[in-house]
Amino acid sequence: MQALYGQLLVGLINGAFYAMLSLGLAVIFGLLNIINFTHGAQYMLGAFCAWLLLQQGLGYWWALLLAPIVVGAIGVVIEKTMLSRLYKLDHLYGLLLTYGLALIFQGVFTNYFGSAGQAYRLPEEFSGAFNLGFMFLPRYRAWVILASIIVCVATWFVIERTKLGAYLRAATENPTLVQAFGINVPRMITLTYGFGVALAALAGVMAAPIYQVAPQMGANIIIIVFAVVVIGGMGSIAGAIISGFALGVVEGLTKYFYPEASSTVIFVVMAIVLLVRPAGLFGKER
Amino acid sequence: MKGWTGKLVALGIAAALGTAAAQAQISDNVIKIGVLSDMSSLYTDLAGAGSVVAAKMAVEDSGIEKRGYKVEVISADHQNKPDVGSAIARQWYDTEKVDVIVDTPNSGVALAVNQITKDKGKAFLVSGAATSDLTGKACTPNTIHWTYDTWMLANGTGGAIVKTGGDTWFFITADYAFGQALERDTAAVVTKNGGKVVGGVKVPLNNQDFSSFLLQAQSSKAKIIGLANAGGDTTNSIKQAAEFGIVKGGQNLAGLLVFLTDVHALGLPTAQGLIFTETFYWDMNDQTRAFAKRFAERDKGIHPTMVHAGVYSAVLHYLKAVEALKSDDGTKVVAKMKEMPTDDPLFGKGSVRADGRKIHPAYLVEVKKPSESKGEWDLYKIRATIPADQAFRPMADGGCPLAKQQLFVTTVLGRDLADFCAIVTDELREWSVSAADAPFARWGSTSMCAE
Repeated sequence: MQALYGQLLVGLINGAFYAMLSLGLAVIFGLLNIINFTHGAQYMLGAFCAWLLLQQGLGYWWALLLAPIVVGAIGVVIEKTMLSRLYKLDHLYGLLLTYGLALIFQGVFTNYFGSAGQAYRLPEEFSGAFNLGFMFLPRYRAWVILASIIVCVATWFVIERTKLGAYLRAATENPTLVQAFGINVPRMITLTYGFGVALAALAGVMAAPIYQVAPQMGANIIIIVFAVVVIGGMGSIAGAIISGFALGVVEGLTKYFYPEASSTVIFVVMAIVLLVRPAGLFGKER
Repeated sequence: MKGWTGKLVALGIAAALGTAAAQAQISDNVIKIGVLSDMSSLYTDLAGAGSVVAAKMAVEDSGIEKRGYKVEVISADHQNKPDVGSAIARQWYDTEKVDVIVDTPNSGVALAVNQITKDKGKAFLVSGAATSDLTGKACTPNTIHWTYDTWMLANGTGGAIVKTGGDTWFFITADYAFGQALERDTAAVVTKNGGKVVGGVKVPLNNQDFSSFLLQAQSSKAKIIGLANAGGDTTNSIKQAAEFGIVKGGQNLAGLLVFLTDVHALGLPTAQGLIFTETFYWDMNDQTRAFAKRFAERDKGIHPTMVHAGVYSAVLHYLKAVEALKSDDGTKVVAKMKEMPTDDPLFGKGSVRADGRKIHPAYLVEVKKPSESKGEWDLYKIRATIPADQAFRPMADGGCPLAKQQLFVTTVLGRDLADFCAIVTDELREWSVSAADAPFARWGSTSMCAE
């Protein structure tokens, strides 16, 4: 039984990553209807940005602040120069563009940095673990859960409960009307995209000390994150967060009972959810 | 008179064609070498583009092009998928007229290409893949397993650790051909030396997060956690084990397959003290250091792993055999490579056995402490040398039919192999029986008696 508690907690930690990543994707995918395949590459960019900052002498806390800003700015540039031209077309064009960008980022980084990855040392404040009796919980992983919950709740609050969020939700439902009210809709969309990308980069910085900072780190995780967003329901921020944590736990339990299936269980769940509730668990039919 | 001139001309043409045919047995006049590797995923750094560099260096160092032969080196990415690797191998052999495939990290892909190479009668020189089945039940007359294998790793690393007190093991295994072979071979060594395997877990390939599996390893209370995985999987396992206080809790990690590039990626503070087995290290002697310097200049400063060294050594020996035979027919060249002893600046003197296993010494290495290292790639100290005759599985134990045949002929019949083959083929000819129908067909038609 004790081993099970440990697995549940580990599942929760993974779920925290999934939640943070799917939050950014839910904002972009759910609200703006942009299929952002670059999300995984932007997560990787965040991690690499943190590593590069470390080479310049700026530590973890600086990276937490600067990396999302830098990568978010890159996201804004991508949106302004490339994505905004595709809004009038079928969503699939956005998919193709972002997928191509992801491959380019990955290829360039693999070329310069190799695939084995770079080491990112855990910041000293986080070394050591809490002895919970049934397992050792590394301090850093506890911080990940905490930070993830804070970021997710804060984002949900801004989008669902503030005026700014209300404008954003209105702008995605009916842009022409909202623009008629004098709100600069294109700029809002650009900044929202940048914000979603910054969230991905933040997840990347948090991942850097525990996973190898490698060019493929995004490709491995992006498919799972898309599945999480689909299960949670498009357009639902809370859905993405809750599904992220829940699926982390489901995956953790699978790793305990039948590890060979652990990389596919999320997709099995996605298939079932799509059959039963096509709009996702918390989504609204469009 | 007319009849005679005609016959003379015909004879002349036949003679000319005959001699021409005897010399121009290099198919399409080009020796085409295909480097099939992982160019984009978790095994890229230990093999990948570096293997292509190593192959090209071998071609240049052999000097074969100065003696009138044309050699071409091409490469492709098998993406760690057996179906992709098989499709590339087929296309290379059928359409692009490739004569030999080298490298192939990923045992699943290697086993698939192994079978295809045998069907097409070409040659396959494996440096990157690990499964000992390539010289065991899956052995063919067309494949040579060059650099290392799971048995050597199990025996070297596993044996050394059990003898120093690590007698209970828990395995974290990459769930495909390689991981399963490595776990099987290491478990056998552990039990043979009086140890016990208390548990294990199979993990999908290219997994990012090992926390759940490390927790299970911790609760098993095994003294040693054996990592039957490689590349990115191993580095992630080791990094995360440090986080979860595995070593502080009294358990030790056994990296069963670790490469120079993995240690470099982990960094000495995390990797220090790791003990494992390799068959090549760039800093062993002046010749290996000279090679490493040239290699690093061509591969972005990366120093060669044993996989890269193996590709170099294998291609060098292959070209020697092709030149000696004046032919690039796969089955015949492989047989010639088994006949000729090997000698190169990286592995020294060695040989290739009947079952396709290349023999050379193995080295038990330990990762240096940060204070002991004087350079970016100064990462190992050599703890022990395992002599060549003890490093690899005895031929009789592998279950390879080629080995059985040769052992039967030489030990039971007491005959010299060449005599035996001559007798068999004469008999078949006398009875006008096709090789496939004769009761002794298997003996005459394997490369043991390559004709």
